Amino acid sequence: MSTLSDNRLHADPEIERFEPSARVDRALQTAEQAKRATTIYERSVPGRRAFTPPAAGVPERPLDELLPARLRRAEGPKLPEIAEPEIVRHYVRLSTRNFHLDEGFYPLGSCTMKHNPKLHERVAALPGYARLHPLSDPRRAQGALQLMHELQGALAEIAGLPHVSLQPSAGSHGELLGVLLTRAYHEDRGQHRTKVLTPDTAHGTNPATVTMAGYEVVKVETAPDGGVDIDDLRAKADEDVACLMLTNPNTLGVFDRNISEIASIVHGVGATLYYDGANLNAVVGVSRPGDMGFDIVHFNLHKTFTQPHGGGGPGSGPIAVSDRMEPYLPRPQVVRRDDGSYDLDHDRPKSIGRLRGFQGNFGTFVRSYAYIRSLGAEGLKEMSETAVLNANYLLALLKRRGVAEYLPVAYDRLCMHEFVLSGAPAKRQLGVKTLDIAKRLLDHGVHPPTVYFPLLVDEALLVEPTETETKETLDHFADVVAALLEEAERDPDIARNAPYTTPVRRLDEAGAAKRPVIRQPL
Amino acid sequence: MAEASYPEDLLYHPEHDWARIEGDVATFGVTWYAQDQLGEVVFFEPPAVGASVSKDAPYAEVESVKAVSDVFAPLSGEIVEVNEALSDTPETINDDPYGEGWMVKVRLSEEAEKESLMDQAAYTSSLQ
Amino acid sequence: MSRYTSATDADRTAMLEAIGVSSVDELFADIPAELRLGRDLDLPAGLSEQEVYTLLRDIAARNVSAEEEVSFLGAGMYDHYVPALVESIILRSEFLTPYTPYQPEVSQGSLQVMFEYQTAISELTGLPVSNASVYEGPSAVGAAGYVAKLANRRTRFVASRALHPHARETLETMSHGYGTSVTEVPLRDGATDVEALREAVDEDTAAVFVQQPNFLGAVEDLEAIAPVAKETGALLVVHCDPLPLALLKTPGECGADIAVGEGQSLGNRLDFGGPSFGFFAATEALLRRMPGRISGETVDVDGRRGFVLTLQTREQHIRREKATSNICTAQALNALAGVIYLSWLGRRGIVELAELMIQRTAYARERLAGLEGVRLVHEQPVVREFAVALDAPVERVIDRCFAEGVNPGFPLVHDYPEIENGLLVAITEQRTREDIDRLAGVLGAAVRESRTTPSPLAMASVDGERAD
Repeated sequence: MSTLSDNRLHADPEIERFEPSARVDRALQTAEQAKRATTIYERSVPGRRAFTPPAAGVPERPLDELLPARLRRAEGPKLPEIAEPEIVRHYVRLSTRNFHLDEGFYPLGSCTMKHNPKLHERVAALPGYARLHPLSDPRRAQGALQLMHELQGALAEIAGLPHVSLQPSAGSHGELLGVLLTRAYHEDRGQHRTKVLTPDTAHGTNPATVTMAGYEVVKVETAPDGGVDIDDLRAKADEDVACLMLTNPNTLGVFDRNISEIASIVHGVGATLYYDGANLNAVVGVSRPGDMGFDIVHFNLHKTFTQPHGGGGPGSGPIAVSDRMEPYLPRPQVVRRDDGSYDLDHDRPKSIGRLRGFQGNFGTFVRSYAYIRSLGAEGLKEMSETAVLNANYLLALLKRRGVAEYLPVAYDRLCMHEFVLSGAPAKRQLGVKTLDIAKRLLDHGVHPPTVYFPLLVDEALLVEPTETETKETLDHFADVVAALLEEAERDPDIARNAPYTTPVRRLDEAGAAKRPVIRQPL
Repeated sequence: MAEASYPEDLLYHPEHDWARIEGDVATFGVTWYAQDQLGEVVFFEPPAVGASVSKDAPYAEVESVKAVSDVFAPLSGEIVEVNEALSDTPETINDDPYGEGWMVKVRLSEEAEKESLMDQAAYTSSLQ
Repeated sequence: MSRYTSATDADRTAMLEAIGVSSVDELFADIPAELRLGRDLDLPAGLSEQEVYTLLRDIAARNVSAEEEVSFLGAGMYDHYVPALVESIILRSEFLTPYTPYQPEVSQGSLQVMFEYQTAISELTGLPVSNASVYEGPSAVGAAGYVAKLANRRTRFVASRALHPHARETLETMSHGYGTSVTEVPLRDGATDVEALREAVDEDTAAVFVQQPNFLGAVEDLEAIAPVAKETGALLVVHCDPLPLALLKTPGECGADIAVGEGQSLGNRLDFGGPSFGFFAATEALLRRMPGRISGETVDVDGRRGFVLTLQTREQHIRREKATSNICTAQALNALAGVIYLSWLGRRGIVELAELMIQRTAYARERLAGLEGVRLVHEQPVVREFAVALDAPVERVIDRCFAEGVNPGFPLVHDYPEIENGLLVAITEQRTREDIDRLAGVLGAAVRESRTTPSPLAMASVDGERAD
């Protein structure tokens, strides 16, 4: 199911049998470890409160008259009873149990964890944006519409495709939009294709999106050099294929040199070519997906354009499309009228409709727009060049003796903004898995790289430093990895039982899945 | 079950499933190799009694924390009994894959199919 | 070197040497020459932080926000007061900048917040299973449809006409992909026509969708709707407004299988429509079909209480083409704002807030109904929003109100043309009695004047149609 071949038994490489510690030395635990996790409900005391409503100020009528008792709940929701100082303490204390980007390095492949400029929160909070209702009359939202229109233009220039929709709320939402546009395109030509091709290195959102859009997933194999296997693509690309979804550079961190030929094969059977923009940070200002032959591109504003990750969102997944896909774009589109004013155009007869309310995650547009205006043409190109430089430099550092034998790079060629190492030799020779390496890295104050993705590489570690890291940070990371492996040579058990210094140690995930407790019993 | 084991009295399927045939009813489960690969099983929902299974086709799913795998039918037939206990204690599949970890009992429809299965020797050598 | 990167010339030289190339350009050797852009991006040059700030400030000044007018505009997002502690917490680096908690040992802050949020949503909706957020309201409705379709494999949806127009349209758009059709059920007196619903539901109905309170502000009789909706085995999905749930019988209690909704009014700004969050709650039976991330309680090797992302086998990164949804990044930070806000409102506060809104809404409704040329669209119970019909072109009336510094509400003409010159008026705790009296005065005058003379802001309306 969740593997290279649908029929293969899929090994769960990550989780070992959970073994509680034989002995716990409470004297040796950190201060943070000694604190018991207490929920806000457990801090509640009946009668305490933060909010008190203002007086109604209007003549009050009996509630039963306004809302008959049979429509009312007998008991209100059991929310916390707690005043402001304790609410603040609770969440501030919780916050210290998080590692975060402002604190340290996050070489998470495919995530582009680059610095979040502090200016962005200031501009996003301007009341002209923050207190603007989405259903405002467009004449009274000219600033917002102008910002969106200019952002659209910038994204179009970066993608090399002229038409942009800012509506999708995340990358996978953009993917869904892209595949639905493809469906509309084919149906408009009287064609009912049933398949979408994705490489076996694709991020899980790609096949999940394909099914949600009503298509069947067909996997295309990867060639030894890491690119798409052209022969396999040719064999599978027929007139029942609606689309091929690709990332370029791909999830192995390599640029597919055959992209023009791939585009030609796909277009040759009348299918569309979709670009998953997760890896766009490698090529901005250097090469454009539109020029590579893609029809639809999605951007991850929370990756390339530094919308803060927030622990899991918000993000934004706008798309750029070619002329032939334009008629199907969702409603409304932000347009500029002849008189120079900005407007929301609902008059789109071939539009697929909408995928969410209102216009999209506008707050993320403000931040991304500020970023693009800050960097400018030159800065954007420098962003990608430095991202690729940093990745290649870190890769060179990790090819040193003491590391390369245990964590060899999976595809030994120039990488782009990220690269994949395989922990298979470390597992075989040292008995230390990628999972253990990741957990031991936590003790060193760095977030581990992405682990066990892509599936194609055994014991994968996908490393993406991004352009905002200094050379010293990269040097330090390489030193830490080397030290960790050296330690594992001496005593593999240390990494196998790591981490030791984090607020909690390894958790019983199997227990959490077998007997899910997903809310506080109240 | 800590040590690898492959009972002699069972027949084996290449997708790591076993069959114990008693008359015209067979019991199915997954092998030691399968449960070792899967890691700790956290979820198994048995299929419905009365459903039919086809040789080489999946008839259920087994889940560990970070993976989902299909369970394949070594032989064809109709399900006559399922191991409901696995809903509460799926880890039995790890602890006792050939005993309490049995998954379904099937009334066979095509006895001749068993010729295509492997015996213990063939299966264990296929694992090398 | 921008202000966000640090590679000096010396750094660059050292790094290129370590890599074994002589220029950065060589690192892009895999990109064929014909695919190299070969020119600068056609974008303006970069600006200093100060210049960017000034630019963004000037652009913002071209908007008329709720700062500058007394606004009764609702229709899915509401101008509530967001207390200062929300931003002081969510702007902390520790909550703003971390990644998704895939390494739980260093993410206990985020994971525990999700657990607390899930608990709060369960309390509001009366359903035991909640995820850690989805994008927003209308797409949550579409996601619920996908869950229903996968659960019972049926192909029809039945949706009330009083489901938010954006939710209805999103459901239709997504349905076209995963293969279901949407049948609309009309209204009677501003609420879903239960008899028409009974006719519409059949053996092939996967799910029935209603909204509570509905788009026209009316409180639906969910206890009457539920048995009719579920008679043939369809799932009942309720798209709900969270604050009124402080008073209303919960969707769970009424027999809903899934409750979804827009979370913006819980501690999130208007932000021209996003980011906010959607909530998604369901019955125990649907636990393994839930979309999105879910945080679960557990212990670590030393016995410490902790939290992890759980039941991940539902999700795209594991189940891929058979996942319950394609959702990956959601709205974690906005959900955090939500749970902080709900904690701030508190057990008594949320009820009192809802009661305050209901009283002020009743007062506003009475005042407007008493105006000449204004009548109520329906007399169903309402909590925080209601619809009126005007004897004058609604868009003209609205323009006149704008000129007086009042935004009277959402024109219903495009979405509900059967209501003559309809206007949807929303009340929040920020709208005082004085504001309401002012609305009544301004609206009354605007209706009077609009019956005879053209609007002072004589421009075509958004879609090129004159509101004549």
